[in-house]
Amino acid sequence: MLAELIGRLGEVLEPEAVITDPVRLRTYECDGLTYHRATPGVAVLPENAEQVAGVIRLCNEYGVPFVARGSGTGLSGGALPRTDGVLIVTSKMRAIVEIDLPNRRAVVEPGVTNLAITEAVRDQGYYYAPDPSSQQVCSIGGNVAENSGGAHCLKYGFTVNHVEACEIVTPDGDIVTLDRADPGYDLLGAFIGSEGTLGVTTKVTVRLSRTPEAVTTVLAAFENIEQGGEAVSAIIAAGILPAAIEMMDALAIAAAEAAVACRYPENAGAVLIVELDGPSAEVERQFALLSQICSKAFELRVAEDPAERAAIWRGRKSAFAAVGRISPAYIVQDGVVPRTSLPEVLAGIDSLSREHGIKVANVFHAGDGNLHPLVLFDDTEPGAGERAEIVSGRILDLCIEHGGSITGEHGVGVDKARYMPRMFTDADLDTMQLVRCAFDPRGLSNPGKIFPTPRLCGEVPGVRKGVHPLVESGKAEQF
Amino acid sequence: MPSGVTVRQAGPEDEVAGVRPRWVALPETTEEVAAIMTAAAEHDLAVVPVGGGSKLHWGSPPERCDVLLDTCCLNQVLEHAEGDLVVRAQAGVTMEALARTLAARGQELALDVPVEGATVGGTLATALPGPRSFRYGGARDLLIGITVVLADGTVAHSGGKVVKNVAGYDLGKLFTGSYGTLGVIAEATFRLHPLASERRWIQAHLPVRHADESTTPGTGPGPVQGYASPSARGGPPQRKATLATVLATSQAEPTAVEVNRGGDDAACELAVLVEGSAAESRAEAVAALMPGATVGAEPPSWWGALPDGDVLMELRFPPSRGEVVLEAVHGLGATVRGSLASGVLWLALSPSESSPERSSESSGRSSESSEKLGSEKLGSEELGREELGREELGSEGLGSQGLAGLVAGLRARLAEVGGRVSVLASPYAEGLDRWGEISALPLMRRVKERFDPGRRMSPGRYVGGI
Repeated sequence: MLAELIGRLGEVLEPEAVITDPVRLRTYECDGLTYHRATPGVAVLPENAEQVAGVIRLCNEYGVPFVARGSGTGLSGGALPRTDGVLIVTSKMRAIVEIDLPNRRAVVEPGVTNLAITEAVRDQGYYYAPDPSSQQVCSIGGNVAENSGGAHCLKYGFTVNHVEACEIVTPDGDIVTLDRADPGYDLLGAFIGSEGTLGVTTKVTVRLSRTPEAVTTVLAAFENIEQGGEAVSAIIAAGILPAAIEMMDALAIAAAEAAVACRYPENAGAVLIVELDGPSAEVERQFALLSQICSKAFELRVAEDPAERAAIWRGRKSAFAAVGRISPAYIVQDGVVPRTSLPEVLAGIDSLSREHGIKVANVFHAGDGNLHPLVLFDDTEPGAGERAEIVSGRILDLCIEHGGSITGEHGVGVDKARYMPRMFTDADLDTMQLVRCAFDPRGLSNPGKIFPTPRLCGEVPGVRKGVHPLVESGKAEQF
Repeated sequence: MPSGVTVRQAGPEDEVAGVRPRWVALPETTEEVAAIMTAAAEHDLAVVPVGGGSKLHWGSPPERCDVLLDTCCLNQVLEHAEGDLVVRAQAGVTMEALARTLAARGQELALDVPVEGATVGGTLATALPGPRSFRYGGARDLLIGITVVLADGTVAHSGGKVVKNVAGYDLGKLFTGSYGTLGVIAEATFRLHPLASERRWIQAHLPVRHADESTTPGTGPGPVQGYASPSARGGPPQRKATLATVLATSQAEPTAVEVNRGGDDAACELAVLVEGSAAESRAEAVAALMPGATVGAEPPSWWGALPDGDVLMELRFPPSRGEVVLEAVHGLGATVRGSLASGVLWLALSPSESSPERSSESSGRSSESSEKLGSEKLGSEELGREELGREELGSEGLGSQGLAGLVAGLRARLAEVGGRVSVLASPYAEGLDRWGEISALPLMRRVKERFDPGRRMSPGRYVGGI
């Protein structure tokens, strides 16, 4: 089927936009989650929505699955290709179509990078608020698929809060606009964060934000993580909503120091980075309050200009990569707990770490309870990888036990599909599946992601035993 | 009906846009909602959920309605996690009751409720944008978790009680603004904000050119000239910065920019809200942008309320075209109110007031007297409608044909500036396209078919007869 489809791609695309060379295809075999790999059956580089729609219509004709890929920076394997399918790469769709400052909007193609939007409007006093740490390279189409957040989403929200409309190609191959201003179901809200399982984004209308008048970034060093945690609670209790509240523990600080010499205060058990932004008068008052709240900090640094701010952020932003300096291998975990459960959950992670002899460095968005434990191990040591997997998985269990989530921003992808039943009931997952079936009854759009072995569309709910007869007879495919 | 659930016979006061249900069910728990839905599925009964009933006459009449599922007894605030700034409540909790509970702890759900008596469930199901949605987003942006009951009795959750969460599809967004056509909202979890320490309203008159006045470029009011807009330094020159745009992008960061015009002859009132710390000095900065502005600690009487009228329309448009839209609706005899910053205006018409000769009297009414009138009005309005009947209403005022034509004309005018018109409430249904064209309607129909294949949830009430 795939071979026939490849033979007809020339009806839709220029020859150079179709990649079948196995060596070139290997470029696309994984995203940011490198331990899941699959070489796509074929990769295509469309230039516009019509070409995307043409490819998807061919996929429909031949019953071939397709996966969309932006910059491939995702951390949950959401863009993991199918060996029996088509990979639709949006890297040629990189135009900023329109910038409309009076209406605080920009219309961009999906391959435009997150930061490119801000760069295009920064001089006029605007920016695009969601700032995932990969923002220099990650694509806006990928942001839409993952509902990306970032350090500043505590105050400003996620991609879904900053997208006004998307032009999508449905899994049937129709070009449809989902617009927030339209009446009817909020399909835009449902689409954003659906990890490519409801169609492919071909154009995004984002909302631009006005640059705040003042920004003050504070680095507070504490003797231990408990004191840091208390400060976070006190900030929230004081009615302050900072743009960001980030925390790193001693191990994460040591890694950052080794990697980028961030020069955080020595002997800190934890550092807190708090960024206040908004009108100058408001930021001044909040800063006065914040200084009182951080009275237990043994050092308080305040950045007032972009260079000083960058110096404070450097350690935090390098943290993921930096642990490579102190550990041969590591797993980046992404879980969320209610902010007030942070002390308990951190203690829980600490005991898991001791129990399994696996070190865990903690870097997290403390303001919204989004943990990024870095589970460190030596991949040459027999059994270490397995123990790290266990610790990593148990951390997610801790998050669920405390009423949190298995992912705050990295997505479910292939990586966490098996954890979904721990967070959701069968009825919850079946109900989500109704949305999937409405958009994609044949299950061709990024199959195998998010949901653990969902039932086929149209199948009556109930306990399923064994292989589905349609699958067995080759008439349908399980996804 | 299942045993244990309170059910009563429906009366005239239970009508849904003129359709009388047979029974009213009064569940107290999510399990009871599920039991009702399961029973309704077994007997092929159509169900319409209702909260405070404040918007029950909105939308198209249901194709059929056997059971009115009244959520009034689902009235518990289940959990207020203060330190997490999160609240979980049953659908029937009124927004006023929820606000009282939260205010006692110095917090709020930053969601304006433009209709009195509205519940959590009804507020979500209709998703009306209030003034502060400019800053905080709408219901869908503040909702972080939901429990729904589907037409077949299935109880499903999505989201949770953490703000940051991308696990699974967001059913909350799907149900927000679904007008009861996908299932019953049983519980909701919201993110909260600290109650603002200070609030200031900056008020002034907005100079708006009327359609019948001369439009010499550069003179008269019209699109405001000469404001130092951030866009003046760059960007495409084709769109001029209006006062509303300048205000919306002010670094004093106003929470809302609202406008009100009580009738064709009334002045266009502009009010801007600044809240949070240092509100006074920020308000002064905003006032400096508005000629003749005053700063005060109280809102204008019309703030945050839907305008009164039998026919209620919602206009959406790019915010920079607000003043053009205000011009376009001049002469209709309507009360116009809404958010210039977000590009949403409500337009209210009453048949008896809609002829050009008669000006509206609704402007300048104090909020206190309009509250008093509100409770009496419902009864007298319904009486009036029954007495007159549609034919007579038609000859006296607007009528079905007149409204359909007016909406079509307005829609064409709004389309020119990239806007659209929805008719939220109208006593006239005939020939009226309430919602206009929607690109994603076929997909919406498919969602409806999956969630409610038997068409038992508020059938026919929403877009495309969904």
